[in-house]
Amino acid sequence: MEKLIGEFSVGLFFWQTLLFVAMLFILKKYAWKPILDAVNEREEGIKKALESAVQAKKEMASMNADNEKLLQEARSERDAMLKEAREIKAKLIGDAKDEAKSEADKIIIQAQAAIQSEKKAAIAEIKDQVASLSIDIAEKVIKQALSRDDQQQKLVKDLLDDTALN
Amino acid sequence: MQGKRLIHLLIGLYFSTTALTVYASDSKEGGQTPAERKVEVSAYVNHHNLDTHDFGLFSYTGSNGEHHQVGFPLPVILWADGLHVFSSGALHHGESVVASKGKYFVLDTHAYKIYETNAQGTLNYDQDHHVLNQAPLDFSITKSVFMIMVVGLLLILIFRSLAKSYATNQGLPVGVGRFFEPIVIFIRDDIAIPNIGAEKYQRYMPYLLTVFFFIWFLNLFGLTPLGVNVTGNIAVTSALAIITFLITNFTGTKDYWKHIFDPLGHGMPWSAKIPLYIILIPIEILGIFIKPFSLLIRLYANMQAGHIVLGSLIGLIYIFQNWLAGPLGLGLSFAISFIELLVALLQAYIFTMLSALYFGFASETHEHAVEHDGELQHL
Repeated sequence: MEKLIGEFSVGLFFWQTLLFVAMLFILKKYAWKPILDAVNEREEGIKKALESAVQAKKEMASMNADNEKLLQEARSERDAMLKEAREIKAKLIGDAKDEAKSEADKIIIQAQAAIQSEKKAAIAEIKDQVASLSIDIAEKVIKQALSRDDQQQKLVKDLLDDTALN
Repeated sequence: MQGKRLIHLLIGLYFSTTALTVYASDSKEGGQTPAERKVEVSAYVNHHNLDTHDFGLFSYTGSNGEHHQVGFPLPVILWADGLHVFSSGALHHGESVVASKGKYFVLDTHAYKIYETNAQGTLNYDQDHHVLNQAPLDFSITKSVFMIMVVGLLLILIFRSLAKSYATNQGLPVGVGRFFEPIVIFIRDDIAIPNIGAEKYQRYMPYLLTVFFFIWFLNLFGLTPLGVNVTGNIAVTSALAIITFLITNFTGTKDYWKHIFDPLGHGMPWSAKIPLYIILIPIEILGIFIKPFSLLIRLYANMQAGHIVLGSLIGLIYIFQNWLAGPLGLGLSFAISFIELLVALLQAYIFTMLSALYFGFASETHEHAVEHDGELQHL
């Protein structure tokens, strides 16, 4: 302790205090204040830039959401339109089919009627021809068969037998 | 690869030079015993740590046995019934008596102090080898004062350029400022704000920054071979601690003083508090002085001890002068130098950190604010 007090130099203490305080004020005015201000300003700037970046990101996100919504709407509209078109198509096809079917039915009916009448006519003609042909045949047969007397008699006899059986 | 080769070269060089010095000293100082050399080294290390009136760079003993000191003189300013100013060169390292305005002064080389004397330069000693002569008030620009000025100028130069660089470089530092700016920000964000608080730290920043860089730079200068030991000087650390003390107590808030004179607060009736306060208040008042006192002793002792250890380890080489002590002394002092490099920064940090802590105590209004908040919440 005695050594410490012995080593204590009043002059050095005086100069140290004086120079240090002077240094403190000079540095405060010309160095620390501008440095800290600049650093603070820069940090504020960075903070603001970051905040605005976050803001921009949020806006981007909301814009994206809007876009998505629009897209969704467009998509559903398109779907609705497509559905409608499909329905119209189905209806058109159905209508056409019905119309075609009824037309075909009508044609078929007409055809059937025509066929029927044709058939009737043909049958009548066939009947006529068969009748005339039978008469012709009968005429020829009778002509040939009745040329001799025995044959005429046999025929009459057969005819009588048949009649008796009936 | 190149680095490795360089290390080999250095080691080789080191061994060859130590071998040479050992042989040389063997032939020259054959008569001196290790014990004598020990006394000489001890005195040298002690003197090395003292403040001197001139700036000595190195000294050597000439071929004729004469002791030469190389350096430059500094102004001596004394007050003894009038102002006496002369160059320290006139003192001739204690060999000459300086006459100024009818007074005679001589330098005592034992503690590097100037005493008033007569024309013959006689110094009277008591039985403990203390000088009995009258000592004038010494306001000389000593080596330490000179170094304080150098560091002051260096700080102003560095940080002025950093401050200016923001304007010219869109708010970004250039050059050496790029190294120092993060340290400034570290002091703000990790020393000032956590200890003092975000609202009040600003007014303490100039002192904290100045004291940190001042101590750090002087500590680093202390590690150069110039023999600067400013922060290991009790007068310097006292001045710093007194400034911390004054700032702490002059910026003390009502709460700070209340904490000292009424530490127990509202929670206890006065009748119970008074007997306790007979003991508590003196302790609190003592605490005001002990805090800065611990600052000054811590810095002084650490730096002084570092210098003594380094000096002694280097001194080992000269005391033993053999193959074992040479490399050992060099290796140890090399390792200790690295530790000292860390200590230089650490002591600056601790001084700044503790100053900030004391400022934090002084400017505290925290509890008060909490009480107010509580009241508001009740309403």
